[in-house]
Amino acid sequence: MIRLKILAGLIGVSLFIYIIELVRRRKLREEYAWLWLLTGLVIVVLSFWYGLLVYIGELLGGILPSAVLFLFALVFLLLIALHQSIKISRLTDQVNQLTQELAIISRDEHIKIKADGKS
Amino acid sequence: MSRTHNEFAIIIPAYNEEGRISTTINGIRGHSDCEVIIVSDGSVDRTVREAREAGATVLLLPFNLGYGAALQTGYKYALRKGYEYAIQMDADGQHDPSFVMRLLEEVQNDSVDVAIGSRFMGEGDYRPSRLKKIGIAYFRILASLIMRRRITDPTSGFQALNRKAMFFYASASYPVDFPDTDVLIMLHKRGLRFKEIPVRMNHSTKEKTMHSGFIPVYYLFKMMLSIFVTLLRKD
Repeated sequence: MIRLKILAGLIGVSLFIYIIELVRRRKLREEYAWLWLLTGLVIVVLSFWYGLLVYIGELLGGILPSAVLFLFALVFLLLIALHQSIKISRLTDQVNQLTQELAIISRDEHIKIKADGKS
Repeated sequence: MSRTHNEFAIIIPAYNEEGRISTTINGIRGHSDCEVIIVSDGSVDRTVREAREAGATVLLLPFNLGYGAALQTGYKYALRKGYEYAIQMDADGQHDPSFVMRLLEEVQNDSVDVAIGSRFMGEGDYRPSRLKKIGIAYFRILASLIMRRRITDPTSGFQALNRKAMFFYASASYPVDFPDTDVLIMLHKRGLRFKEIPVRMNHSTKEKTMHSGFIPVYYLFKMMLSIFVTLLRKD
């Protein structure tokens, strides 16, 4: 049991540190980092607070504490994936609109705009 | 068109500021006939029309990108037009235009790269709400500790920049979602000199959407993370 705790804790901490490193390297924006950081934090807290896992396990109808840990990880991943789908939907709309505008403007300006940057 | 030395423009990001934007532009006109660049951040009201009627140059962003990105658009445009200096101001009339020349002369005489108007240096009697006061105080103390100098207004959007600083604000390194204290720390790290100048600010006549609901929590998180990684970066 203790091995699982340490493993889960390490995963949580590594995730946390890696996310911060990604932000530092400008590969990840702060607005997308927060949900990942929260996930890492929750995993660390849950790995080391066995009592909380037991409590939640019982609350949910008697499931194993270790199952609670995985349940939380799953739920968070689901939320993150959903959050990203929503962001992607918005970005797709915006890209579509901008592409359409470009087609219209380049006709007016007699410029040919190609997606690979050559004009 | 060539630009002479000492030419400057005023950059104002605006999102749904009808009724206020014309007052702001006219207020500036009373002190200078420089180019006023209004960047409409996807405004859906009469902001663009009013700004055009008031004689300003208007850049229209097709979508709302947020204050920082709109401001940055203004800087990109100003750099392309060859301006040596730029002033950034708020659209809602909070910034008193009579201080524009005061901020400008600090960068024109090259004592600093960025001159920042501070509300808390004795001019006027700006009194923020309780929550805002705590927020500003927190970041003020943090910034002062990190940079080892006295900072009085870490979130002031009333600034004058020279061309060197303008390049930084227009770059990909500029934090567009809520540029504030982290920008000061970046200036400090990059060796861009800045100085605070006392200015008078009025209370905003508009309910800023920036201060409602979840956003202050996100702002606190974002600013702390941004400051932390800025200190870690090598540049």
